[in-house]
This record gives sequence, structure tokens and C-alpha cells, in this order.
Amino acid sequence: MPSVAHDETTAIGSVLSGPVESRDFPEWFREQQWDAWKQFASLPSPTRKDQAWRFANVGLLNLTPFKVGGTLPDMQRNAILEQSRGLDKVAARLIFAGDQLIERDVVSDQLKKRGVIFQPLERAMVEHRELFQKYFMSQPATLGSAKFAALHQALVSSGTFLYVPRGVEIELPIEIFHWLNGENASVFPHLLLVTDELAKVTVTEHFRSLDPQASGFACGVNDLIAGPGAKVTYICAQNWGTNVVALQMNSTIVDHDASAMSLNLHLGGKYSRFESLSRLIGEGGRSDLLAISVANGAQEFDARTLQDHVSPHTASDLLYKNALDDRARSTFGGLIRVEPHAHFTDAYQKVRNLLLSDDSEANSMPGLEILADNVRCTHGATSGQIDKDELFYLRTRGIPVPVAQRLIVTGFLNEVIQRLDHAAIADHLNRLIDEKFAKEY
Amino acid sequence: MKELSVENLHVTIGGQQIVRGLTLRVPRGEVHALMGPNGSGKSTLAKVLAGHPDYEVTKGKVLMDGENLLELDPDERARCGLFMAFQYPSEVPGVTIANFLRAAIQSRLPEGEELEATDYYAKLYEKMELLRMDRSFTSRAVNEGFSGGEKKRTEILQLAMLEPKYAILDETDSGLDIDALKTVAHGVNSLRGPDLGVLLITHYQRLLNYIVPDYVHVMVAGRIVRSGRKELALELEERGYDWAREERAEPALR
Repeated sequence: MPSVAHDETTAIGSVLSGPVESRDFPEWFREQQWDAWKQFASLPSPTRKDQAWRFANVGLLNLTPFKVGGTLPDMQRNAILEQSRGLDKVAARLIFAGDQLIERDVVSDQLKKRGVIFQPLERAMVEHRELFQKYFMSQPATLGSAKFAALHQALVSSGTFLYVPRGVEIELPIEIFHWLNGENASVFPHLLLVTDELAKVTVTEHFRSLDPQASGFACGVNDLIAGPGAKVTYICAQNWGTNVVALQMNSTIVDHDASAMSLNLHLGGKYSRFESLSRLIGEGGRSDLLAISVANGAQEFDARTLQDHVSPHTASDLLYKNALDDRARSTFGGLIRVEPHAHFTDAYQKVRNLLLSDDSEANSMPGLEILADNVRCTHGATSGQIDKDELFYLRTRGIPVPVAQRLIVTGFLNEVIQRLDHAAIADHLNRLIDEKFAKEY
Repeated sequence: MKELSVENLHVTIGGQQIVRGLTLRVPRGEVHALMGPNGSGKSTLAKVLAGHPDYEVTKGKVLMDGENLLELDPDERARCGLFMAFQYPSEVPGVTIANFLRAAIQSRLPEGEELEATDYYAKLYEKMELLRMDRSFTSRAVNEGFSGGEKKRTEILQLAMLEPKYAILDETDSGLDIDALKTVAHGVNSLRGPDLGVLLITHYQRLLNYIVPDYVHVMVAGRIVRSGRKELALELEERGYDWAREERAEPALR
């Protein structure tokens, strides 16, 4: 049920020329954008000397070439619609191309009647201003990208607002696509997901490039708020083109007895940075942080995380796995912080790197900051190569080396995907991983 | 000639000689037991035949139905019809038995041909029944967290699915209790026939009560020292390997 006009045309400007005046936003929001822009301009650019940017190739963050706005010719629009294939069964769907909403399948009338709000950002800020303002960009970006969070806020032009009221369970996943289109294009994807008490929802987001070779810039924010006893599952399949520089900033707030699970699959991009903050603010809350990177060529994946235990009796479990080939690099900087009084915390952090070539490189910087007693925390990061005996075993079954390596790598990554316990989504993610390997060999 | 033939094979690892002039022929349709004390080089022979890269063949020939096996990569050997059941099979974390076997069978099909999933599963379930394996096994990762018996049954399941011309079973009885031993033996026996040659490597006679070999060879210090009919195994059990060692008067052929 596409219900979106598609004759929108915006003037092309530079990312560095500030908020776009032509957009039809309320005055208060526009002011916020200009404030954010000033903040962006005043904050220093990151350097490798900053601990939060250690090992990162900050030279790739030159934003001069990137543009905002532009038109979407029908042919490309059709190609995007055609290629926006995710799960077979979804509860609702939004497709954005260059931050313009180009297709919208709304939630059922039944869900709407029960108070579910699933709207593009620009509408939600008008129709549900109070709710929107309470949560929009409400978490400070503390993992290094404050400057880029400000840039995001200054230039965000659309995105998704999803609110699931008390006791409402949405069984099927909600699906969102964001497309980059054209040389040096930029996008600022935004997702604000708010669940009230005992609500349940699964959201899958897809990031893709229409032209897999085009250079581009993506600077996204997703904020997940799990209300008391709510259950939030978020999956992001990042599959930008190979010449895209991407930054993604996530915060997840988990209230008492709530659980949040996120899985971020990183496949695309030249430099892709992912910052993830989990704050456990109520007793009995739990957050599972899962991520997979499959890197080849000269790709660089940079992950920075904070598991912040504010309340006692909370749990967090991080499992990141990277498979690195060619000259690819990964960086992981992750901290578990147990704040004073957050007794009886269970916090785990595990990073596993599988190095498929001699030139690939994985840097891990796990950390603990424990300010309470009586906590259980473990963390560890390891790097290894494909086990020779394992490879030999597969070969003695007739499986040729490239296929055997692929099986071993997908098996290695499977542990992460299985944690989702969702067959359809697992199939989809495995297919995306297989497609990446198919290109590789 | 339809046989797996090893001729005057010499093998070293890290400069140390393990196999010293071994000659052995396993015709298709026969089951040959290879017995010997620990350290005699039995498992080395198995690994060399399968193509393990750590071992170096310094002399000798290995032919499978006339084809020079030593020129082939391990996966090529397997696709030509050689199978090895490992004494200690590797774990393959995250790869299910179903996907693993599927990849193995797919690799035997001509390029562009896709495995027919329905037939595949029908055959898989049939073979699992033979080995008294629950169907839920197919979705477990290969050997991950398996008991000794489960690992060996999984090896025999692969043997049954891949239908090789020659199978080397390396200490398939190790780590098995009597029930598991019978199940595994039953599986192997049901695969016996004119199209399969088996080299059964074992330390103990007990396996040969359940898989009765056509011929028995005794390996000591990298060589076959005695060969004979199945009765040789019993004699060996009675008199011990020292006897076999002493009696090594002439180079033994089958």
C-alpha cells in the first residue's frame, strides 16, 4: 500500500553547509537542528590520539565531498523498491531512499486502534510532540561520536518513530530499509523505538546502497527504549556499498524486568563505526548485545560499546564475532561499567576474531569498571585462525578448500545468529553473509 | 585392478620416519584389518592415505583403482572415492550435520547441478535409522559436544551417505562401550559388499568379533610383519605383539 507522493525534489547542498532550510519542520525542531549544528561546528574532529578513536582510520572522516538532498529518478526508485526484499512476513514496512520515504506499509488497523504509532519522524514530531520530545536524542553520545551525533541531529530529515503501548505485542517483525543512492550521497537514518510496559516488538533495519561502488556517507542514530517488562528485539543488517563511510550510534535503555536484544550485522562500508550504549536502569533488566562483522579487502570495522549497569540485579551479555580476510581491520573497544549500588550485576563480554589472512588485523580493548560489590563479570577477546585439523577434516569429505573455509566461517558466526532464536531472520542474515562470500570467492 | 594398493611406502613427519616400507593391498569387496601396537604407525598410514599435509611421503606408491593417490589433494581423493573415519574427528562449531553432509555431497555433483533436497533428507533419515540416531541429530553442529559413541556413529553415518569405494576406519572402536560398538559394527556390516573395500585399523581384537575381516595384517615399527586370514587376529590376541615382532622372518604379503 504505497501512500507516499514521490515528486519531492530538494536542492543539492553540501553536508558541511548546515541544516536544510527548505524542509517543512516545526519551528522548535528547526531551532534544535541549528543548535546541534553549532555544536557540531564547535566540537573538535576526532584524532587517533583520543582513546575513543584509537586504531581508527580517522582520515576517512573527511566530509567535504558528501552532499545532501537530490532527486530520485523513477528508474532508481523502482530498482530500490524491487530490491527492498527482506523477510516474507512483516507487520509493517518503511522504505527510505536518500532519507526520503518512498514506500510505506502501515501497521494493521487493529494495532493502530490499540495505540501503536508507526510514523515517519517528521509526522510524529507534529502529531505526537510530547512523546517525541521526551525521547528524541535524549541520550548523550559518550562513546566518541558526540560530534557526529550533533551532525546527525542537525541534518536528519526523516526516519522512523515507533511507539508500542502498554501490553501490546506485535508478533511479526517491523521492517525498515534505508538506501544510499548516487555518488557522494549522504543519509542520516534515524530510528526511535519506544515501548511501554509489557510491550513486545521486533524491528529489522536494512542499510543498502543502490550502486555498490558509489562512495557515500551514512550517519545514523537508533535509540531503543524498553519499558518495564517489555521485550525489544532489534536487528540491523548493514550492507552499504564498499566505498561508504558509515557511523551508527545506538543507545538502548532497559527498564526493570525488560529485555532488549540487538544484533548488528556489518557487511558493507569502507570504514564502518558502530557505537552501542546499553543502560540498565531498572532491576531485573537484561540486555543482549550481538554483532557480526564479515570484512574483506581494505574494510575497517570499528565498534565501541558500553554496558552500563545502573541498577542492581541487571544482566548484560555481549557477543561480537568478526571474520576478517585480506587486509581488513577490526577494532573493538568495550567497557562494562557497574555503577555504585548496582549489586548483583551479571555482565559478560566476549569478542572472537577469526583471521582468514596474514594481513588482516583485529584490535581488542575490553575494559571493566566495577564500583559495586557482589557482581559477576567476565570479559575476554581472542583472535585465531581457521583450525588446520578442522579444515583437513572437511577436505577429507570431498569439500574443496574455499567451500570448506566458508562453512567454517559461517559456522563460527552462527553462534551469534542462533542467539536470536528466530528462524526467518536467521535465514535472511545467513543469506546476506553467503552473498558476501559469493562475491569474495 | 580394483584395489587400494600401497607399495613400499615410506613416510616421515618432522624428519622422523614413521612408516618404513609398507606394502598392502585392499581389493574392493574385502575387509582388511590392520592391527598393531601403539606407535607402530597405523594412524599415520591412515592420515597419509587421506592426504594430511603434515606428513611427507619419501618413497613408495599409493594407487586407488590404478590412479596415483599421492598426486591428489585430500578433497580430490575423497571425491575419487576414498573415505576415512577418524579416530578423533574434529568439531566443526556452528555447522550442522545436515549442512555439512550436504556440502560434501554437493561437491561430488557436476558443476551447476543442485542437490535434490527431498531425496537427500530421505536418504539421510534412512541411514540415521540404521545407526539408531535420532533425527534431531541433523540440526546439531558436527561433533560439537558429542560423546565418543556419538562421534563414531556420525563418522559411520558419513561413510553411509558418501558411498566411497574404499574406507579407512581408524580405531573406530576406541571410546565405545559395548552397545555403541555393536551399533557401529552393525552400520559397517550393512555397508559391506562388492563395491566397498575396507581397511579397519584397530588396536584390539574385540572389534573383529563384530566386524569379521577377510584378512588381517599386523603392523610393527612402520611395516607389515604378518598377514593372514581372520584367525591371525585370534592368534595375535593369544600370543601378543612380541610374538608377531619375533616371527618377522620374511617380508609379508597378504
